[in-house]
Amino acid sequence: MTDQHHLEAPAPSARASALGAIVAGRRPLKLVERNAMAYRRSWYVFVAGFFEPVLYLLSIGIGVGALVGDLPGPGGQPIGYEVFVAPGLLAAAAMNGAIFDTTFNFFVKYKYAHTYDAVLATPLSVHDVALGEVIWALLRGAAYSAAFLVAMVVLGLVQSPWAVLALPVAVLIGFAFAGAGLAATTWMRSFIDFDYVMLAMVPMFLFSATFFPLDRYPTAIGWLVRATPLYQGVALERALVLGGVSWGLLVHVAYLAALGAGGVWIATRRLGRLLQP
Amino acid sequence: MPAGEVVRVVEREAQVFRRLWRGSVFSSVLTPVLFLGAIGIGLGGLVDEASSDVAGLSYLVFVTPGLLAAGAMQSAAGESLWPVMAGHKWMRTYHAMVASPIRALDVYVGELAWTAVRTTIGAVAFLAVAAALGGVPSWWGLLAVPAAVLCACAFAAPLSAFAATQQTDVSFSVIMRLGIVPLFLFSGTFFPVTQLPAGLQPLAVASPLWHGVELCRMATTGTLSGARAVGHVAVLVAVVAAATWWGVRTFRRRLAE
Repeated sequence: MTDQHHLEAPAPSARASALGAIVAGRRPLKLVERNAMAYRRSWYVFVAGFFEPVLYLLSIGIGVGALVGDLPGPGGQPIGYEVFVAPGLLAAAAMNGAIFDTTFNFFVKYKYAHTYDAVLATPLSVHDVALGEVIWALLRGAAYSAAFLVAMVVLGLVQSPWAVLALPVAVLIGFAFAGAGLAATTWMRSFIDFDYVMLAMVPMFLFSATFFPLDRYPTAIGWLVRATPLYQGVALERALVLGGVSWGLLVHVAYLAALGAGGVWIATRRLGRLLQP
Repeated sequence: MPAGEVVRVVEREAQVFRRLWRGSVFSSVLTPVLFLGAIGIGLGGLVDEASSDVAGLSYLVFVTPGLLAAGAMQSAAGESLWPVMAGHKWMRTYHAMVASPIRALDVYVGELAWTAVRTTIGAVAFLAVAAALGGVPSWWGLLAVPAAVLCACAFAAPLSAFAATQQTDVSFSVIMRLGIVPLFLFSGTFFPVTQLPAGLQPLAVASPLWHGVELCRMATTGTLSGARAVGHVAVLVAVVAAATWWGVRTFRRRLAE
């Protein structure tokens, strides 16, 4: 072997590439670990996120619910307003958790703190960064959704055994919005642009059949609402928690999975260009 | 107090606002209007059909003054935490101000006066939309603007005084999530405080927001009664006065560093 051959990468043996795949598979988790450590000093910011959806449930669900009375449930039987609104708030909480980590927090790390410049100086790739941030957002969203589900059970707002799937579906909703949020953030120029994020989130939170049923809208607007990603999540969660499960729900699952996967794919491609010019 | 220096501080903020006002339209006007549409009209339709009028009012009329006062509180709170940290530490604009004849007291009072100007703009815009949607049955509703501004100042004064004592902003998001959000949801904004468990009612009544909401509701529904209105105004003015005393001290200490 001559000297110049030392500069060339050795042909990977089958065993080495299998090992490489395992190591590569774990690399995004290093970023998750990094984020968890970064929160150790400000854990109360993390904990504070548990309360907001529960407070909305108590105020709008139970407080205003006392003024609303009963609504027709999935089988036509009357259900209390708080029973109706709780799965909607669960879906909205999953959206909020995922969006904040993949937009505001991601932007600060990418643009101001230059965290990823340091991360990319290690064996981690741009793909690991995108995947790691999404996994982190999902873990955080899952923790919030699980806590909210416990509150729902304690308040007696769960009516169907299908509710065991409510947590995985909340993680799926989180995945959809984490992917979309990450992709959108790669187009952000400054904090002013985050007004657009709020401009999408606040109307979705308020009008995705979260607080009142779809049949309150005129038909045309009803179809507009059906097209929003949060409505897909609300419809799924409501069917699981109240009963009324059908194969048609898989359409919502496919929509959310496609949004999340598409978002991660776009974000990885664009981040590659932004972080490694 | 020479008012000229305070006016200079307000003028400076107004100049900045002239370039950046678009961003604040969303948080201080559009968000409360969206809540009015979803909760006041959408959910309110269900409340009215259940024919349980709220304190003798349609739900839209009930919730409009609540959202007016709560919206003023929220934008005042946001504007009194991070921007004050920016003035003292991140951008140090306050240090530039006190290097001129402007004193720490003028900076604090000037920022508070600017909050009042900004909330006036937001409150007028929101009230106009709400009136067009039928949420303001009385012309006395015009008095809800100064009521909402007073309520906003009762939050801006203590929060900006507090912000001047902080070295980092970690406590700010906790204040918003565990202080401002619960007040927004439980101070008689969306349902009467008499519906709260008996043990929590005194807590809600102690919040400046409840006094602001009650004042605004009396105004927009044209049911102003002298004695009760004076009581609410007195509570809010007392909060502003006490917080101003504190804020002048925290600003002086911080800007002398």
